[in-house]
Amino acid sequence: MAQGLLSPLRPTIICGQPDTNLSRTLTADNNLRFLLVEDHEDLGRSVQERLRLEGHAVDLAPTLAEAQEFQAAASYDLILLDIMLPDGDGRQFLASQRSAGNQTPVIVMTARAAVSDRVGTLDMGADDYITKPFDYAELEARCRAILRRRGGVADSRHRHADIVFDPLGGTIDVNGEVRELRSRELRLLEVFLGAPGRILSKEHLCDRLFSFSEPVTDNAIEVYVGRLRKKLTGSRLRIDTMRGLGYRLTET
Amino acid sequence: MSEARVAPSLRRRLVVRLLGLAAVLAIILFIAVRFSAETASEATLDAVLGVATASIADDLRSGEDGAQVTLPAETFSMLAAMGEERIFYRILIGGTTMTGYDDLPLPRDTPTAVAPVFYSRSYREADLRLAAVSRNLIIDSRPATALVIVGQTREGQRVIAQQLANRAAMLGLFVFLLAIPASLVAATSLLRPLDRLAEAMARRGPRDLRPVRHPVPEELAPLIGALNSFIARLKSTLAQTETFIAEAAHHIRTPLATLRSEVELALRLAKDEPMRQRLRRLLRTVDEGSRSAGQLLDHATVLYRAEQQVFADVDLGAIARGLVDRYRTTADLKDIRLTLDKPAGAVPVTGDAVLLEAALRNLIDNAIKYSAEEAEIHVSLAISEQTAIFRCEDEGRGLDGAVDSKLRGRFQRGRNVEDVVGSGLGLTIVAEAVEAMGGSFSLAARPEGGTCATLTMPLAAKS
Repeated sequence: MAQGLLSPLRPTIICGQPDTNLSRTLTADNNLRFLLVEDHEDLGRSVQERLRLEGHAVDLAPTLAEAQEFQAAASYDLILLDIMLPDGDGRQFLASQRSAGNQTPVIVMTARAAVSDRVGTLDMGADDYITKPFDYAELEARCRAILRRRGGVADSRHRHADIVFDPLGGTIDVNGEVRELRSRELRLLEVFLGAPGRILSKEHLCDRLFSFSEPVTDNAIEVYVGRLRKKLTGSRLRIDTMRGLGYRLTET
Repeated sequence: MSEARVAPSLRRRLVVRLLGLAAVLAIILFIAVRFSAETASEATLDAVLGVATASIADDLRSGEDGAQVTLPAETFSMLAAMGEERIFYRILIGGTTMTGYDDLPLPRDTPTAVAPVFYSRSYREADLRLAAVSRNLIIDSRPATALVIVGQTREGQRVIAQQLANRAAMLGLFVFLLAIPASLVAATSLLRPLDRLAEAMARRGPRDLRPVRHPVPEELAPLIGALNSFIARLKSTLAQTETFIAEAAHHIRTPLATLRSEVELALRLAKDEPMRQRLRRLLRTVDEGSRSAGQLLDHATVLYRAEQQVFADVDLGAIARGLVDRYRTTADLKDIRLTLDKPAGAVPVTGDAVLLEAALRNLIDNAIKYSAEEAEIHVSLAISEQTAIFRCEDEGRGLDGAVDSKLRGRFQRGRNVEDVVGSGLGLTIVAEAVEAMGGSFSLAARPEGGTCATLTMPLAAKS
């Protein structure tokens, strides 16, 4: 996913470190560029900060007019769109975007009588919808699913050391042997590949892998690390256990 | 809705009253005709009897040696004009019966010379009508009062009176019979405006909330006024319900979203384990609150739409496909495999897309919620005869012996699901949505473990 060079953003923060990687891709790095259209100030800021914490760049537009301006100035990987906005209906914005040929994926955030809204928004050209309040794990999963769908097969495969990772197909190719990854293994690998060589704590991995509302224990992460290790057997990629600290992906 | 208590038919009541009135009138008519006919014939016969008696009295001749009487034959034949009658007479002079039947009853009042006195008496086993006339005579140079009494039976008159009575009865009956169709016609024409109004109301669809503009008689105007104001109130309440649900959802969900987001942020940043535990509990509570609020609002929407009954042909297959595609992402988060098996073509059912979506979504959502990690959920749609059968089978914890009918009650949850956030409204929504569209819903434990939710809808009639 290309990031516009004319960025109105300040550099985003990834775990306290400045984000200087401008040539990142979806699979090499988890970071996305969001346009968040939300008029409720507290909610807008909270969502913005929450997404930034995961390393995403987020522009917040409280009105449709500002959203149009942002859209004209930069290109986004994803638009998170509220429906009830002070200067109009989010669905009209969506329709005008689509008729202008703008194909940026849109996830509608609905807060209204959910049942009636849900049926309509997808027909309006939204890629997906999410009902407020939402779980970030689910939002992230939905974003990723859309980007994988939109990305197509052509550019979804990436080489890391001696493996080829295909997030769309959910496989890794280790020396010609294709191995399937389950959803959590895939996400865990994505987290590791996004921060190669860095020590990632169990808590951090838990937060990235599980929804906060799920009851999880630390050995749940051990189970998934163990499985991923098995899938990586035979490659030069290795997951080291740093006793008391967490895990690290290294290349031998 | 309970049926209104039905009072006896207005038409029947009206007809019965009119016929009752007609019967009373017929009886009065009968009595009046009979009475006046009898009075008239008696008056006529009395006049004849009076004249006959007076003419006998006139013919009394007084002489030196007494009085002489001539009984003129024509007088008696006149009295027998009405039929075979028996005639009696008695002539008294100075209180002594001179000739005739000496026991023929005397009148109560002594008649004056001017007019005869009439009276009725029983005499020798016959009912007699009698006339008495008095006349002053000079007998033996002394004045004496002569009293002439003539009585006759009135068999002929009785026969005629009987005939008259029969005719009067016939006349009354005829009037009554004539009143039957007349009162039916009257009732129908009186009730016609009511019938027309009832017809116009019946022609309205159940969703037609326009005011009633049907022309009605003055007496019905207050009723129509009340009805119209009721319709207007209902309309505005319904409109408010829809807006209210949307507004309530917005005002509840937005702050909850902020709260949840902030708690997640805090969790993401917190390093201290007791604090993280605390925040997780908080997050769980927020989730419970949001889920209950969401389900309550969904339930309100489902109730509202179930009441509206605005149905069209909907492809159940497309709804199932859309939901499974969307929930695959949710299932993926728990490494659950969600599969769909459905016919290639459309599965058209008659219903409300919003209700169908709500029912199917709650079933799939439940299956994911109560399934363990890495489980499988199989969703299938099939057509059997004239029914579309939607099934959602999971490998979850099953029903733990709970009865299907209990679980679908409002705020009822199974005993084995306390660790999962839920509102207890999901199955209520499913059951109410489906039953509003003439479908059915059941839950059953699968023999191999887990639950199978089955939803059936009649297929849309082929147009």
